[in-house]
Amino acid sequence: MHPVLTLVVQRIALGLLLLLAVSAVIFLGVAALPGDTAQAILGQSATPQALANLRTEMGLDQPALTRYFNWLGGILTGDLGTSLSNRTDIAAAISQRLGNTLFLAGWAAVISVPLAILLGLLAARYNGRWPDKLISGATLSTISLPEFVVGYIVLYFLAVKWQLFPSVAMVFPGMGMMERLNAVILPVIVLVLVVLAHMMRMTRAAILNVMQSAYIETAELKGLTPMRVIWRHAFPNAVAPVVNVVMLNLAYLVVGVVVVEVVFVYPGMGQYLVDHVAKRDLPVVQAVGLIFAAVYIGLNIMADVISILANPRLRHPK
Amino acid sequence: MTDPLDRMIAAAKAGRMSRREFVGRTTALGVSAGLASALFTKAAHAEPKKGGLIRMGMQGGESTNSLDPALAASEVPFAVNYTWGEMLVDVSAGGEVVMRIAEEVSANADATEWKFKIRQGVEFHNGKTVTADDVIATLRRHTDEKSQSGALGIVQGISEMSAEGDMVTLKLASGNADLPFLLADYHLVIQPNGGFDNPTEGIGAGPYKVVVHEPGIRHGFEKHANYFDDTIGHADQTEILVINDGTARTAAVQSGQVHMINRVDPKIAELLKRAPGVQVKAVPGRGHYVFIMHVDKAPFDNNDLRMALKLAVNRQEMVDKILGGLGSIGNDFPINSAYPLFDDSIPQREYDPAAAADHYAKSGHDGSPIILRVAQGAFPGAVEAAQLFQQSAAAAGIPLEIKREPDDGYWSNVWNVEPFCASYWGGRPVQDQMYATAYLSTADWNDTKFKNARFDELLLAARAELNSDTRKATYSEMAKIVRDEGGLILPMFNDFVEAVRDEVQGWEADPNGELMNGRAHVKCWLA
Repeated sequence: MHPVLTLVVQRIALGLLLLLAVSAVIFLGVAALPGDTAQAILGQSATPQALANLRTEMGLDQPALTRYFNWLGGILTGDLGTSLSNRTDIAAAISQRLGNTLFLAGWAAVISVPLAILLGLLAARYNGRWPDKLISGATLSTISLPEFVVGYIVLYFLAVKWQLFPSVAMVFPGMGMMERLNAVILPVIVLVLVVLAHMMRMTRAAILNVMQSAYIETAELKGLTPMRVIWRHAFPNAVAPVVNVVMLNLAYLVVGVVVVEVVFVYPGMGQYLVDHVAKRDLPVVQAVGLIFAAVYIGLNIMADVISILANPRLRHPK
Repeated sequence: MTDPLDRMIAAAKAGRMSRREFVGRTTALGVSAGLASALFTKAAHAEPKKGGLIRMGMQGGESTNSLDPALAASEVPFAVNYTWGEMLVDVSAGGEVVMRIAEEVSANADATEWKFKIRQGVEFHNGKTVTADDVIATLRRHTDEKSQSGALGIVQGISEMSAEGDMVTLKLASGNADLPFLLADYHLVIQPNGGFDNPTEGIGAGPYKVVVHEPGIRHGFEKHANYFDDTIGHADQTEILVINDGTARTAAVQSGQVHMINRVDPKIAELLKRAPGVQVKAVPGRGHYVFIMHVDKAPFDNNDLRMALKLAVNRQEMVDKILGGLGSIGNDFPINSAYPLFDDSIPQREYDPAAAADHYAKSGHDGSPIILRVAQGAFPGAVEAAQLFQQSAAAAGIPLEIKREPDDGYWSNVWNVEPFCASYWGGRPVQDQMYATAYLSTADWNDTKFKNARFDELLLAARAELNSDTRKATYSEMAKIVRDEGGLILPMFNDFVEAVRDEVQGWEADPNGELMNGRAHVKCWLA
């Protein structure tokens, strides 16, 4: 087998193992949450009788180990179980929420990744001059503000004051593509502003690092334009660190945007998870936790694989 | 007509002026009070315009919500139930019983047997006609402890129910003059066969049919064409969007994406009033913010200590600072003028550090700090209120120590468990229900562990009493018992603070619940 293939397969196997370990940790963590599920569901106004009935019905009396293996078996067969709090099928509810989250994250990524790399390249090209300072200053200031502040600022100007876009990013099945895009435009803007700086700075730093190399000097001496030197010679060698940061940010766009979801009332995974944590809806919390972990691990594996493939020394071993 | 009068009529039409204000100002112009009142009625009840889509943005919905009315426990499911569901009876803004599916209600002399005549031709969304059997089945399902119904405590008192033709007869274990008020509870939506077949199908006899049910996101409805009452349900469609973030909710009403929102933060109410196209409504209700002491646990088992703490609260300061003035001061019993049969002659308890210090000394407390547990989620501004309490108590020489608890798990780990903590109550339609819910010795949610034989006796006597003067006197005595001996510190009643866009017509204040008792979208129309 080609050594690169072996490496890739190893990474994937390791990822799956990690996922299994994470599932155990999630299960233990959720089981250790303080508070009582039945009380959380029925709220302050629950009568002791209603509480006792609900507890028996939810099977909270079974031992934890049995519940873990039942749960794991269910997941492997595609059955995420039933939500305790509103008795709906978790897989169905999650698929729609996950679709929404991926839609938002996807558009934010489609805009932010090329933009960040382009800005990074420009900043590297004009290193230390005003375009570099402008780009770095602007992106660093948007990342320094907490995302809900960025959200409120965008909301105030674009939705309330000038009324250009809807403040409530409500999407639902059966919505046209343009309608959907119009609805999510504000959260996309906020997410782009939040993730831009990290990727841009990494691109810039990685390229500047490569620019010290002798072969770059050679390229310059050949008389290539600075942009061409960066694009053809520096960037391919800076891909590995950039990809890692891009993947981290993509993972963040999927799993970490609950605040943005709340501000724009976007029906994504984050809010769904928070609601169910508050109600101690263990099957949902576990399922969402596992999906988030899978996204993180999957994107990290992808980053690893791309780094491996981008490395000529690994691609063409002696 | 004179110009100022026209302007005032326009203001009344747009709901910017209350009846009192309108009559006061127009009589100043020389219009007789009777004519002014009639003019207001005409202006405020202009012919409703049919059609359109009314949207409400609400806090209080979660993705865990269910369409089973028995399980409703927060604001959005509450309004949702009232949109697709119809009750046997309802309670008006003025505190009277209004006939809905029942068209006649009567009771025997000691209020132990009630008869409800079912209206003819009321139709469920699935085309079936509402029968007396459906009503009985509904009540029976909520009576069953397995249904986990929030109305279990209400229907438990019914010992026997029977249907005969269009007449429902309910027999009670002991007399209850308030039964119709209790049956207006938002859990008791009449469902086909009582919801036994499928409690979450969302089929009721209400003015709107459920079209979209995405819990925690939005609830969409369209007009039920065969709804029996054409005085409400003006819009063709209505939608409730769940917007739990305060700023997002405010932005949504300002930008016109929704027509009404609940829960405007009192801190920004003044600012929002200045926003174009939006009016802020503060409606006095029955909800209250409280500090509760368990009277059976030391040191709170000492009435002098309890009295010291009650006297050490600066109520007006709390109303001003915590509620931004949008509320009223409490008097340590859970009833205010929004309730029928309220006795307004009970003296108001004031902040009195000297008297508090006297009672504190008399209690013989050892001077160790008294621990008050509080979380931000106990009520909006709870932590700040506790700090104000700490300061005003310190002025009387009473050391309070605030212990902050996480919101998460507060209602299961702290409330009803720890002897002294912050909490809130939403109020109930009648005094009996409020007292029976939390102050009767045997009440499930007796969160002050208050047990008083005389109080229990009075409560049961008042319940079966049909003479309202006698009832009022009894309630007054009960109020005084709770006020002077109970474990309840009730510094303030909070208003419902809501924002409504100018194009919304027909809005009126309703102390029964926020957003016109969850029916603003059903009762209002768009200009």
